[in-house]
Amino acid sequence: MEIRLSGILCQATGGASTVEVSGATIGEMLASLALKHPAIQDHLDDGVAVAINGEIYRDRTDQVIPKGAEVFLLPRIEGG
Amino acid sequence: MPYETDYTNQKFSVIGNRVNRPDGVDKVTGRAKYGADASAAGQLVGKILRSPHAHALIKKIDTSKAEKLPGVKAIVTGDDFPDFTGGNRSLMDTLENCMARGRALYDGHAVAAVAAVDAQTANQALKLIKVTYKKLPHVTDVDEAMKPNAPIVHDWIRTAGVDPAPTTASNISQRNEFGHGDVETGFAQADIIIEKTFKTEQTHQGYIEPHACLATLGPDGVGELWVTTQGHFTFRNMCASLLGLDVAKLKVTSSEIGGGFGGKTHVWMEPVALQLARKSNRPVKLVMTREEVFKATGPTSSTSVDVKIGAKKNGRITAASAELRYQSGAFPGMWGMLGAMTSFACYDLKHVKSVGYDVLCNRPKVAAYRAPSAPMAAFGVESVIDLLAAELKMDPVEFRIKNAAKKGTQASYGPVYGPIGIGPTLEAVKNHPHMKKRLGKNQGRGVACGFWFNFGGQTCTDLNIGIDGSVNLTVGTVDVGGSRASLALIAAEELGVDYDQVRVTIGDTSSLGHNDTTEGSRGTFSSGMATIFAARNAVDVMKQRAADTWGIPVDQVVWEEGVARAKGRQNSNLPPLSLKEIAAKSPRTGGPIAGHNEVVADGAGVSFASHICDVEVDPETGSTRVIRYTVVQDAGKAIHPDYVEGQFQGGAAQGIGWALNEEYIYGDDGTLQNAGFLDYRIPVCSDLPFIDTEILEIPNPNHPYGVRGVGETSIVPPLAAIGNAVSNAVGVRMTHVPMSPPRILKAIEDAQ
Repeated sequence: MEIRLSGILCQATGGASTVEVSGATIGEMLASLALKHPAIQDHLDDGVAVAINGEIYRDRTDQVIPKGAEVFLLPRIEGG
Repeated sequence: MPYETDYTNQKFSVIGNRVNRPDGVDKVTGRAKYGADASAAGQLVGKILRSPHAHALIKKIDTSKAEKLPGVKAIVTGDDFPDFTGGNRSLMDTLENCMARGRALYDGHAVAAVAAVDAQTANQALKLIKVTYKKLPHVTDVDEAMKPNAPIVHDWIRTAGVDPAPTTASNISQRNEFGHGDVETGFAQADIIIEKTFKTEQTHQGYIEPHACLATLGPDGVGELWVTTQGHFTFRNMCASLLGLDVAKLKVTSSEIGGGFGGKTHVWMEPVALQLARKSNRPVKLVMTREEVFKATGPTSSTSVDVKIGAKKNGRITAASAELRYQSGAFPGMWGMLGAMTSFACYDLKHVKSVGYDVLCNRPKVAAYRAPSAPMAAFGVESVIDLLAAELKMDPVEFRIKNAAKKGTQASYGPVYGPIGIGPTLEAVKNHPHMKKRLGKNQGRGVACGFWFNFGGQTCTDLNIGIDGSVNLTVGTVDVGGSRASLALIAAEELGVDYDQVRVTIGDTSSLGHNDTTEGSRGTFSSGMATIFAARNAVDVMKQRAADTWGIPVDQVVWEEGVARAKGRQNSNLPPLSLKEIAAKSPRTGGPIAGHNEVVADGAGVSFASHICDVEVDPETGSTRVIRYTVVQDAGKAIHPDYVEGQFQGGAAQGIGWALNEEYIYGDDGTLQNAGFLDYRIPVCSDLPFIDTEILEIPNPNHPYGVRGVGETSIVPPLAAIGNAVSNAVGVRMTHVPMSPPRILKAIEDAQ
């Protein structure tokens, strides 16, 4: 599947804002991304958020990614 | 209805009622215990010595005289905090912020702390500590800090997010870019382009209760912390990490909280109190003064923002761009990034680009403040939106409706939106009676929109049913805005009992699994979800008890309106069993009845609001009075409408203070000049009109009741709504917040 990245995360993929990865869940997708772009690991350790079809997931690595879904990797955010 | 979801039109029995809050009597009678209200036998008083300099090398700290003072039991400096961070830079920043390590980075930075038998002795000891400083150049302004020759706050910072990676130090900790399309192409298509620069000053959350805690920590590494916090589990984990403790050996109990708004999501002096307790082997109580709260906790960023938006004559925006420079205090933050992510989130844009810079200055470490970073970005964007509407001779609400994001819009921060509420809030504004009220002399009206993400997170609840049928619900999210009432309503709804039958307790860190901090508008959303599942868990137990009592299979039992009923004609002779009856028999039918749930409550759903503001400006003095204010926001489902409205009103009230009065004022020497409520003026009742509210309910499909978080979004539009109103009243565009009387007078004079 193709995932998209934004912000500072793109630096870890050599500037690429779209990356081809595999995985049926968020956890598998992130593991695949880290294999392909090891520099992303620091960001994964700090925490990221994943938007699947517009819905933002911060913590559920077991969340299934439906086929054909839009997947967007975002920096993890803080609230007040 | 175009905004219906699977959860529209659910029928509820008790949800939506405006019941009395369970903590209300305690709070108005003084029985509620806040951070400073705990005491322990043999407790000491903790006090912190703080840097008087904006930036200085700490050459030597001589504590010898203070140590000899009778009654002094412990003194700690940076040397008493070994590095347990394992190379985690963020943890080290937190530790260094709690206690300076070789350099004082801002006026008020902690350099030493004392525990003594009483406050007088502790204060005397602070005076006896001799610190030898070497003053260093400082910078407190965000734009100045970005200049190549600016004093460098940390020589190890290299700007992240730029290519090629820099090799020299900078105050810019990171650059983040968001957007899609090609803004140059978009601007080339525009008939009108407006570009403007805006500034906002640093503000504090202004919570009335100062930070306070009571710490114990023995030589065996077992400790307890009573503290005012938005997240006692996070405080436990953070303190344990910083002090090298086992997480399970530190029990943290949250007190009642007198406001937080993001400022109590971080540790400031709690690790210091614990370390003083460990060194003295006595309980230590540490309570900040108001001056310390201003100087040494986390206000929001001051900012400098450029916004450029282009549109066609038909009112469609063709391109939008922004550069957002956010001051993060003396340590790196994510605040410019959040400003860049939220800036254009309300709009459907083909070509959009926002670049956020996080910039270090010699000011206190910036912390979250209610929808952090979004209000300042919205001030710039919504001001330019108004200017464009005026140039196009369009109604500003119609212009926003024409360009509003909707389901299927690619958000400026990346993903495609599902069902969202910006359109409905704008339609509600358009049709609101407030918009039809005629304005008088020197009066102006402003409208603005705002966006915030919201999130859920790790959550854990326990629900126990007593033998008398009363229900004790234990949650781990601190109640900052009335969530105990909302959660009791949810438990009552699920169990089919009266609201008064449910008591909600905030459990300490030893009584529940981890709960994330109450931030991101998550309290009622996430603990509400866990409460629903825990209650259903308990209902399953009660259905089984009823089935066993009747000697029938459990699948022949249903739970309706607080009673178990045996379904089917063959069971028609079995009378229903109420929750109270089942609870009364529980000791002999299998023991206690309880429900439990742990959940990662993702799917909080993004949130939008639109505000209307009328002001009257005195052209002689520049003084502004807000004469009418209306908040329209989507709540998904309002569990307890009073507290939803309260959140809407509270955000607007804080925004009014931020827009008109509040600001950190630094002198040329880099020290804070107004660290107190006399000189830093938050709004009081007489400054505010009644803030009208309209709750929209577009259910969130990711929550069983359709709930969305409501705590933060209401502070996003006010700076811009008031900015637009003041600008319309005086006929001059206001670009600097706060719009205090001197700034308004200067703007009028400059225009003349």
